[in-house]
Amino acid sequence: MAEKVLMKGNEAIAEAAILAGCRHYFGYPITPQTEIAAYMAKRMPKIGGTFLQAESEVAAINMVYGASSAGVRVMTSSSSPGISLKSEGISYLAGADLPAVIVNAQRGGPGLGGIQPSQSDYFQATRGGGHGDYHLIVLAPSSVQEMASLTIKAFDLADKWRAPVMILADGTTGQMMEPVSFDFEISPQPEKPWALTGTRGARPHNITNSLYLSPEVLEEKNFERYRKYDEIIRTEKMAEEYRMEDAEIVLVAFGIAARVSKNAVDAARKEGVKAGLIRPITLWPFPSDTLLKATEKARAFISVELSMGQLIEDVKLSTECRRPVYLCNRAGGMIPLPDQIHRAIMEAHSATAPGTSVSFSSCNKEDK
Amino acid sequence: MSAIRREIADCVVHGMTGNPLRDAPFASGESAICVWLRVQTMNAGFGRNMEYKRITLLSGHYGSGKTNIAVNLALDMRRRDASLPLAVADLDIVNPYFRTLDSKAELEAAGIDLIVSRYANTNLDAPALPSEMYRIIEERNRGFVVDVGGDDRGALALGRLSGKILEEGMYDMLLVINCYRPLSRDAESTVEILREIEEAARLPFTGIVNNSNLGSDTTAETIISSLDYAREVSGIAELPVVLTTIDENVYNKYRSTLQERIENIFPLRLQARPV
Repeated sequence: MAEKVLMKGNEAIAEAAILAGCRHYFGYPITPQTEIAAYMAKRMPKIGGTFLQAESEVAAINMVYGASSAGVRVMTSSSSPGISLKSEGISYLAGADLPAVIVNAQRGGPGLGGIQPSQSDYFQATRGGGHGDYHLIVLAPSSVQEMASLTIKAFDLADKWRAPVMILADGTTGQMMEPVSFDFEISPQPEKPWALTGTRGARPHNITNSLYLSPEVLEEKNFERYRKYDEIIRTEKMAEEYRMEDAEIVLVAFGIAARVSKNAVDAARKEGVKAGLIRPITLWPFPSDTLLKATEKARAFISVELSMGQLIEDVKLSTECRRPVYLCNRAGGMIPLPDQIHRAIMEAHSATAPGTSVSFSSCNKEDK
Repeated sequence: MSAIRREIADCVVHGMTGNPLRDAPFASGESAICVWLRVQTMNAGFGRNMEYKRITLLSGHYGSGKTNIAVNLALDMRRRDASLPLAVADLDIVNPYFRTLDSKAELEAAGIDLIVSRYANTNLDAPALPSEMYRIIEERNRGFVVDVGGDDRGALALGRLSGKILEEGMYDMLLVINCYRPLSRDAESTVEILREIEEAARLPFTGIVNNSNLGSDTTAETIISSLDYAREVSGIAELPVVLTTIDENVYNKYRSTLQERIENIFPLRLQARPV
């Protein structure tokens, strides 16, 4: 597929996974990620792959564990409540150092919530989600093209670091249709000498496991995993900077919120306000140094999110309380419109204008 | 005519010679509304004279553009007659998003009834059909444009009405196609979708709408490159390409080039998206 095609974000994820060599997909239906499963159901049988609709999310994630143990590229997808159900299995994947790609097309919550887009699983995704000390590598696409490119990247990262990778999308990025090109260079899959492929009597048998009988050994496993995480933090952070050269009012937003934010930045610039946007592409590891560097010119930061103030915590941690951080948000399936963000920029602009008394040490300048 | 299509048609429309659905669509039992629209459309519209039957059904692969086309066709009918009773019926049981409900205000302003599940565009993710859907077959003095759900799964709901629709014989079922959608890239895969839908809906198609586009990347070349594909689908399916639908912004930009190459252009006004 060298030419462009017109795709939904969810379809782009599915096609990109196939292109990346994924031949095993296990899932359970839930809106708004259904197109991923539907696409896999159509395509997998035609290319010798396996599409399996499991009896539950819990079953699906454990099938992912099994397939990953066998050394193949494997993916599952769900939406918010379904990801909660998968969380135990995701923790097991992390505990057994198994690569896998998990897609969350977020919807409004908590609970059953609704089927409209949301970003309120940010904490769940970036802090681990399940039990125990672990992280997922979390990628946040904001266009259909990126749904494709980051899916391929997700498989590479998962294999490279032997870690589960989450694509944190949302109802809108999954449903919207855009032209997309699949002109990707696919790197060869790495060898997996740890995989359960049968010893043929020629080597000691491999085990994928998260149970350790000795606490000393389990502690050492945790230390070792966190040394790996340090390396991931050091090398894998990604962010897009938009009109940041001289930005004084800095928006921080990912996914669909970043798209709306760009419009607001442009509108503010037209009125002479030096606004810019930092769009984290990796939510974990969070591109904190990009934000910290921005404090040199910035007067204020605004976290734009489809949640009640989750991303804002990483913005505050990254900027080390050097500048006030405001919140501009909608929740429950609603999307902030460019007008609302534009207003937030203007308010932050006047509140932090030179000569006004603003406490730069405050980290609690949240504002609706 | 494929075997299945013949079978469907034969088992419902008895005693008529030839293809009752295509060769003699106006033969017998022609309703007043049908005659009226045919006369009025002789001098109207773009390219070829568009003839509307009492019921116009839009079906096809999901994401092919059915909903936008349904709304545009209904508004086109209204432009041709200010007082004709018209309705848009939304039978989508697959997709809870991007529904005809997004055009509610526009349709209401045009005096077009909107028949849609009360749960469309809400958080209730249930494959619900509107209870008023039987108006399509019962209100025979009203023109209907029906937005059928995507693929064979979506068309299943139509099967409930197909017997009555065939019996009356006053319908067009149009297959909306786009060669830039990943699962309908070539004529063969498109015709495969067509067959699956016909089987699920138990209703044969009567025509094709070529809606090939690449969203914001669409140019005149995008559309012109799709013409061979549309002709190929038309050839295999033995169905005419009745319309080539083009986003009106694209159409206005490349008007002369497009008009030179395509005779049945129908410019579309797309529903506004929030982002």
